[in-house]
Amino acid sequence: MSMNREGRPTRPQDAEATSETFTGNRALMLEEPLLFEIGDATLTGVDLEAAPQAESRLGGLERNRPIGLAGLSEPETVRHYTRLSRQNYAIDLGLFPLGSCTMKHNPRLNEKVARMPGFADVHPLQPVDTVRGALEVINELAFWLIDLTGMDGVAMSPKAGAHGELCGILCIRAALEARGDAREVILVPESAHGTNPATAAFAGYRVENIPANADGRVDLEALKERLGKGGEGDCDVAGVMITNPNTCGLFERDMKAISDAVHEAGGFVYCDGANFNAIVGRVRPGDLGVDAMHINLHKTFSTPHGGGGPGSGPVVLSEALCPYGPIPFTAKTKDGVVHLVEEENAAEFDHNDSFGRMVAFHGQMGMFTRALAYMMSHGADGLKQVAEDAVLNANYVLRSLEDVLDAPFGKSGPCMHEALFSDKGLADGFSTLDIAKALIDEGYHPMTMYFPLVVHGAMLVEPTETESKAALDQFIGALRSVAARAKAGDKSLHAAPVHAPRRRLDETAAARKPVLVWREPEVAEAAE
Amino acid sequence: MRYLPLQPEDRAAMLAKIGAPDIDALFADVPEVARLDGPIHQLPDHASEMAVERALGAMARKNLTAGDAPFFLGCGAYKHHIPASVDHLIQRGEFLTAYTPYQPEIAQGTLQMLFEFQTQVARLFGTDIANASMYDGSTACGEAIVMARRITKRGRVLMSSGVHPHYVAVAKTMAKFTRDEIDHRDPALTAETDITALIAAIDDDTSCVVVQYPDILGRIDDMSALAEKAQAHKALLIAVVTEPVALGAIKAPGEMGADIVVGEGQSIGVGLNFGGPYVGLFACKEKYVRQMPGRLCGETTDAEGQRGYVLTLSTREQHIRREKATSNICTNSGLCALAFSIHMTLLGEKGLRDLAALNHAKAVKAAERLSEVPGVELVNDTFFNEFTLKLPSDAREAVRHLADREILAGVSLGRLFPHASELSNGIVVAVTEVATDADVEQLADGLASVTQNQREEVPA
Repeated sequence: MSMNREGRPTRPQDAEATSETFTGNRALMLEEPLLFEIGDATLTGVDLEAAPQAESRLGGLERNRPIGLAGLSEPETVRHYTRLSRQNYAIDLGLFPLGSCTMKHNPRLNEKVARMPGFADVHPLQPVDTVRGALEVINELAFWLIDLTGMDGVAMSPKAGAHGELCGILCIRAALEARGDAREVILVPESAHGTNPATAAFAGYRVENIPANADGRVDLEALKERLGKGGEGDCDVAGVMITNPNTCGLFERDMKAISDAVHEAGGFVYCDGANFNAIVGRVRPGDLGVDAMHINLHKTFSTPHGGGGPGSGPVVLSEALCPYGPIPFTAKTKDGVVHLVEEENAAEFDHNDSFGRMVAFHGQMGMFTRALAYMMSHGADGLKQVAEDAVLNANYVLRSLEDVLDAPFGKSGPCMHEALFSDKGLADGFSTLDIAKALIDEGYHPMTMYFPLVVHGAMLVEPTETESKAALDQFIGALRSVAARAKAGDKSLHAAPVHAPRRRLDETAAARKPVLVWREPEVAEAAE
Repeated sequence: MRYLPLQPEDRAAMLAKIGAPDIDALFADVPEVARLDGPIHQLPDHASEMAVERALGAMARKNLTAGDAPFFLGCGAYKHHIPASVDHLIQRGEFLTAYTPYQPEIAQGTLQMLFEFQTQVARLFGTDIANASMYDGSTACGEAIVMARRITKRGRVLMSSGVHPHYVAVAKTMAKFTRDEIDHRDPALTAETDITALIAAIDDDTSCVVVQYPDILGRIDDMSALAEKAQAHKALLIAVVTEPVALGAIKAPGEMGADIVVGEGQSIGVGLNFGGPYVGLFACKEKYVRQMPGRLCGETTDAEGQRGYVLTLSTREQHIRREKATSNICTNSGLCALAFSIHMTLLGEKGLRDLAALNHAKAVKAAERLSEVPGVELVNDTFFNEFTLKLPSDAREAVRHLADREILAGVSLGRLFPHASELSNGIVVAVTEVATDADVEQLADGLASVTQNQREEVPA
């Protein structure tokens, strides 16, 4: 045995390995109880001044019963959440190839800018003369979005992508109603994000499927046929919702022809902009005849996903739809002043046909500042490079893996910013889920699984432009290894992940008898 | 470009692997008509971190911030002191740069936090369960109305005149496609709420009654009788809370029988941010769980029997049910929910009650002081930390004049109800723990001088 002068061993000693520990912790991997198991009603992490003497004006509605909230001191709070954070995978830790989600690096300059008091500490209902700088940011961002998409206007208030979809569909509805043309159907391809049919149905439309052709794109002839079904001037299709690039990772080659056909039939074209990262700065959807498209600022423009939001979903609009866009919005007059157009002054700005308001206040200001910082940092040249590198990275992944994983549309031309694979060719009893869970053990967040629905066992890989070639090569190596094991029938894959904070979780049990809040053990037992 | 790691030699090697002659070959499917000859010419080229920070800093400095003036605005967004550790913790990359927890084995941090958040919200609201957040209070309110329609199969919505007018506007927008009929009037500048009228209006066609608590003028009213009447007609009572700190002092809507309670969580942990991002709170009775919109986090076990958390009941959601989903919501407000939850943990029951007591006492004292100003009248009998004053003339003017003197006095009702001239003299004043006695004195002095000037301008 090798020791130093104090007798401390300086080389690993022979010992039987055991993974059991007294605490259940595994060194840096720390178990953390629920807040309600460690905190209580008397602990607090804030010091407040004593309330001055004053008569109660609560009208006899004092809350006398215990609320049941648990508190912690500041050090305990910091430790609780820090320990929790370490059980998460995140972009900051590694490649996050979740297709359709554009998990790119979130620049920290954006965080700094959003926290400037002039943006973070202003109230939405302050007199407009005290917030002209905030309005300038919204207006400036609006112009970047208009220029990048080649559209005529933009609704800034929608809170996320799906909310933006609703905004676009409501504009379409308002435009049709304005010409006394009640139509009932929205056409959506089967490969669409679930939000598309959900939005159309939410807005009161009947959803019908647009067929795809064999190479994974919209079948233009079938679409034309459906549009013409109602006969001349009697079309019941209000619009189509198309994702371009589509969720199979392909650019819709016929996009302009699709738009022309829909317009000819008196309908409108909604484009799902979730995949805008593939074409930002290189292709303008306005040139393809799009009438409305939401832009996920939390995808293309790098605002953080935050474990499920907040997002932001401004909607760019064509000239035909602009008059119906929601309030509020900003407008710059010739004197250079940026105005906030709300209920009060919509008429002064010739905006009487608005379908109304989608949210309280003016939208996701905290996301606007971040997105604008991102756009200004890249500029027109940098954004074009973003699209090119995102597409280059995805094609590199596609061509580096298609010999070990089935690429159903690998022959349909280059992919855009995501590469799509299927579970075809895996050994019997092995699924996409096994590949995904094995990637977790390799230190990666899995790709999007089982989407789009048009491909069996789909795996949608979106590397984004913020990954280096070395990072991609390592990921490709990991995926090749996992794919080889799945093809060889390596049963140990079914157990994956084995190195994560938790093994596979029982989702069926969770849904069968939902436990959605913590209850004191005696209360929970009594409820059994 | 500092955010792009690929170097020219990488790009060349990768194109070679792909078998493409150049990058344009990868965009060959783009139709001719949409091909650009270079970067979009209207826009500037890339800029350094310093240049961007400078440009945005210049815009930020044009705004008068809440921290730099006596500040009394509320009406759905409130300035509270946020402990420093909240913003530090939400900026941990593992929270900030994670996605929706679709892979639970490597998202237990977010999932456990959401489970704790759901528990905090349900307890605060006095309900059985809560979801993992909505966009904001106004959209949560809109979704609650749509949910009530799904449950009752009825379309008549009674909205109290005390509901925030933006929330009413959002509900009206949604009603355009649900075809709900929304019954709503502007509020009156009185101490009484319209709860008696609402009770009388409930009938067997009513889907839901929506009341705000405290309401847009700051008034507080018992909703127990309303809940009973609604229940008798199988209609739902939806309570809206825009200032959750109030629930550290006043009874929870769930305790009074509300079926669905929605709210704006901004007040706890999330800054003013000029209106967003905020966090919608959504809670209800357990029996309605399968009609709820949004994400739900539930407890389960893993393959080794260890406790863990997953997103659950997703058969309600768009990514599974598509056009049959309960809502189209996908991304919600995870990081703001985290901020809310951390702040609530730091407060705890004791801190929340103390904070609420402090807010209330400060507001009572401020209301007394401000109603001493000649010509100024306090409208409310009851209030928590926000009350309405009636000025001798248009409150919008007064607010503008005071802003010129760098006093952010409150929200004029003319701003919120531009078409209701009978409300134009009203101003809603919020007083939280951040307002000092000196701030209140400045507001009182300011109000005295603008109301005096206004009175002098009016010919006798």
